[in-house]
Amino acid sequence: MLKIRDLKVNYGAIEAVKGISFDVPEGKIVTLIGANGAGKSTVLKAVSGLVKPKSGSVSFMDEDITSKDAALIVGRGITLVPEGRRIFSDLTVLENLKIGAFLRRDSLTEDLNWVFQLFPRLKERSWQHGGTLSGGEQQMLAVARALMSRPRLMMMDEPSLGLAPLIVRDIFDIIREINQRGVTILLIEQNANMALGAADLAYVMETGRITKSGPGSELLRDPAVKAAYLGS
Amino acid sequence: MRYLPYILAGISVGGQYALIAIGYTMVYGILRLINFAHGDIFMAAGLIMIYLSGPLTLWLSLPLVLVLTVLLGFVVERVAYKPLRDAPRMSVMISAIGVSYLVQNVALYITGGLAKTYPTIPWVSDTINLFGAITKRVTVITPILTAVLIAGLVLLIKKTKIGMAMRAVSRDFETSRLMGIKINAVISVTFVIGSFLAAVGSALYFANYTAIVPTSGAMPGLKAFVAAVFGGIGSIPGAVIGAFLIGISENVIKSGGSGWTTFSDAFTFVLLIIILVVRPTGLFGEKQTDKV
Repeated sequence: MLKIRDLKVNYGAIEAVKGISFDVPEGKIVTLIGANGAGKSTVLKAVSGLVKPKSGSVSFMDEDITSKDAALIVGRGITLVPEGRRIFSDLTVLENLKIGAFLRRDSLTEDLNWVFQLFPRLKERSWQHGGTLSGGEQQMLAVARALMSRPRLMMMDEPSLGLAPLIVRDIFDIIREINQRGVTILLIEQNANMALGAADLAYVMETGRITKSGPGSELLRDPAVKAAYLGS
Repeated sequence: MRYLPYILAGISVGGQYALIAIGYTMVYGILRLINFAHGDIFMAAGLIMIYLSGPLTLWLSLPLVLVLTVLLGFVVERVAYKPLRDAPRMSVMISAIGVSYLVQNVALYITGGLAKTYPTIPWVSDTINLFGAITKRVTVITPILTAVLIAGLVLLIKKTKIGMAMRAVSRDFETSRLMGIKINAVISVTFVIGSFLAAVGSALYFANYTAIVPTSGAMPGLKAFVAAVFGGIGSIPGAVIGAFLIGISENVIKSGGSGWTTFSDAFTFVLLIIILVVRPTGLFGEKQTDKV
């Protein structure tokens, strides 16, 4: 579904991503794990069109979307739940959801019902400003907002960051549920344990390169991965 | 009541300042840029009116002034600010100062440095008697028209999709792009609205004056800017309240006699200094958090 080939991204003189290639097959949960600064977020930003890659290619459903405008990429069905949630704090919860569907012109009723069913808390708070929500609720809102664009591929940047373990488990349950609804997931995590447990396919990224790949359950048992990311 | 004419004039001028101040505050809200050229676009609207009202009837020239001023604001943004989107904020500000002088110089070239007579707008410029105070009808029209335009603007920002996009973009460019919002389109809309209101303000403001020179936009522009800072730059209600406050105060001061009249401009700037010292974020300004 998503094919990344020899992608290189620079920030000024710094090479953040040094030529990585990987695939995200349709219908799967795929995770990219790696230490802080390995360049994972940059890969997602390059796919969404927020940063322009220096070279390499990104294709989605056999269409080349390298360096395309962010709005076009959203329109093709790729959405990003950004790191740190980045909800619009002075828009209401409902407005945050509506803005997630900014490019759509059809009725949103069905989608609103679905996200309110996934996250009943958001329905209770739909008239509150986004900024008044707790961290966990903001993460739910960020996921719900992303779903409002009717994505085929949802990329998530560190959804568990700064959340209590119980809430992290809820979020992962919901990620699986969204995936079962047919949305492909590409997940970046430092919480490798949770991510590998959920992933059908996992890639390990180190300093701008992919160093290992395999099914999540397999990497979970890999001694090198254990030592580096699972802390055991 | 001897203060009445001054208060009426103050409300009227306040409304005109408000229409200009909204342009400053909206652009700041989205780009964190003080658009120094805004006062000159206001002046240009006046000049366009002068040149159009010669060959054309008023009902043709007035809408045309609005269209051309909006176009000018749009082009200025596209040519002078958009290419600097990723540049440091100081560069954009310097570009704005450049545009300000450019517009003034073009005006100087076109007018040949002569003061141009502003046309009398029938009905609007008529003299009326209001509660015993002799004034022009524009004094009454201004606050009403200002209120209507502001109400329309508030509805646009609160209730429409483009308004929601403007609020989102003013907070977070990157996440707005992830929603599929075209940042440049939203910024253009902001300049279009600001220029439109400045054009309306210009027709009302210059109705009280006989002539325009290329620097005619400087003083009202500066005062509207002070109003925006006073109200808390970035806040629309703040800019409106600041504008009326400044308009009324500087006119009421004039009631003290000719000695005080000289002081009325200075008053505005003393107010600016006081507000910057006492409450740098203005009445309704956001806390000084730089955009991340």
